[in-house]
Amino acid sequence: MERYYQPEIETASPEQIRAWQSERLVSQVRHVYDNVPYYRKKMEDAGLTPDDIHGVDDLHKLPFLSKADLREAYPYGLVAEPLKNCVRIQSTSGTTGKRVVAFYTQSDIDLWEDCCARAITAAGGTDEDVCQVSYGYGLFTGGPGLNGGSHKVGCLTVPTSSGNTERQIMFIRDLSTTILCCTPSYAAYLGESMKEMGLGPDDIPLKAGIFGAEAWSEEMRHDIEKTLGIKAYDIYGLTELSGPGVAFECSAQNGMHINEDHFIAEIIDPNTGEVLPDGVQGELVFTSITKKAFPLLRYRTRDICTLTHEKCPCGRTHVRMSKPRGRTDDMLIIRGVNVFPSQVETVLLNLGYGANYQIIVDRVNHTDTLDVHVEMTPEMFTDNMGEIAQRQKKITEGLRSMLGLTAKVTLVAPKSIVRSEGKAVRVIDNRKI
Amino acid sequence: MSFRQISVFLENRPGALLEMTETLYTNSIDMRAFSLAETSDFGIARIIVDDVEKTAAILREAGYILSITPVIAVEVPNEPGGLRRTLRTLSEVNVNVEYMYAFVGSNPAVAMMVFRVADIEKAVTALESAGIKEVTL
Repeated sequence: MERYYQPEIETASPEQIRAWQSERLVSQVRHVYDNVPYYRKKMEDAGLTPDDIHGVDDLHKLPFLSKADLREAYPYGLVAEPLKNCVRIQSTSGTTGKRVVAFYTQSDIDLWEDCCARAITAAGGTDEDVCQVSYGYGLFTGGPGLNGGSHKVGCLTVPTSSGNTERQIMFIRDLSTTILCCTPSYAAYLGESMKEMGLGPDDIPLKAGIFGAEAWSEEMRHDIEKTLGIKAYDIYGLTELSGPGVAFECSAQNGMHINEDHFIAEIIDPNTGEVLPDGVQGELVFTSITKKAFPLLRYRTRDICTLTHEKCPCGRTHVRMSKPRGRTDDMLIIRGVNVFPSQVETVLLNLGYGANYQIIVDRVNHTDTLDVHVEMTPEMFTDNMGEIAQRQKKITEGLRSMLGLTAKVTLVAPKSIVRSEGKAVRVIDNRKI
Repeated sequence: MSFRQISVFLENRPGALLEMTETLYTNSIDMRAFSLAETSDFGIARIIVDDVEKTAAILREAGYILSITPVIAVEVPNEPGGLRRTLRTLSEVNVNVEYMYAFVGSNPAVAMMVFRVADIEKAVTALESAGIKEVTL
């Protein structure tokens, strides 16, 4: 039977969820308008006052908030509570520029840990479990978030933090860890290390893993599930909103339920800002409606995914998001069409080729050109020129139906695409705009 | 009469062919026959060598993608009508020629022809019964 951490919330009717969202949005807008000059100015610039927002239907009127706003307002510019009410900060790594510092009141931490507890329960966790948190502790939200969630569920919590692989495996075996929380790449690495130590899935008691904080594919899920002998669940979040637990996977492993009583999700066209319906791919935008210290209204995550309100067999009623397919940062606009490298990859993988490709964009006579270089594979090669040309044409057709653009497909020698640190350089944009 | 030809994928760019021949040279491999087919962006180098397995292994090791294709190699008298006789034999048994190329052996009186055909067994039988000489490499 499916277990829930907060059944009355997680299985509430869509009408109930909407009513909570409307009520909380109205008071959140009032809260930021009254307490954050940065928001007040943004709203004034858009000709808005809190009186214009009566519920979820008015959400689209509010201006977007972007990472650039967070940088501009760094460090205290978006804090909506007096600092005496704030008890903690967490921070991003700052690899893509200035760090984001997010603030929490005690109640913010409580609600965040509830979200993580929902994720652990959805992965089958109970107070009988031993939950090893191998996400980093400290400024990174992964460790503290899952640590708090694990406490709430009542698991015996093993706060190993990241690194020291041998010790991780020792604790898994000695303490009979049943649930592992870490990044998917670290889970894969643990699996490899176990193999080298001569340990198989039957030698460890693990039954589930909660993996997030980076993009991972279905293939990677299957590999991890096989090597560790577990079910692997995805978890989504970002420091700006709280941390892990904004959305989490259930037993159906088919999309992540967004905790809609805390976050309102929208999908928008990244170019026009227009709100898109269920099933249409676009940029994910979040509004946090319960956070007190660091509330974000219509924050553009730059993650590209779809939403679905379809009924989930697990019984949860909250909307599900697909695994992010890419970031708007990776998005190319070619002849006015949005192109993601991941779409090109999908076409190639569907036709049975490898993921070694390169997208080259240029501008000739004021028109964008799209060249896709694909490394020849032994499976694709034949002595027959005509047959190769046919296969090349199939790629062109596949790209046309996926992207709505005609690309020039060139077959190149194996390993000829430049790699940096083992990863192929996917996109070369030679346009001088 | 039937030989195994190595077909190698090459990019159509300056130096690509040279690099392949360098690989063969450093491994002291002699090509008995060679032909190149190309489109605007890639080419296929077709070669016949003594030790197919060894050559294929060396090329694969060097990162080349290749396939091994059965072909027919016959002697064609170096005189008017020489090629015509071979082609007629194939045509009479309705065997289609996908491609062909010529090379020269030690005997200047005969040309060596390599044929890639749709039905190799049928072609060999027909050529043999017509008394067309197979190539001895």
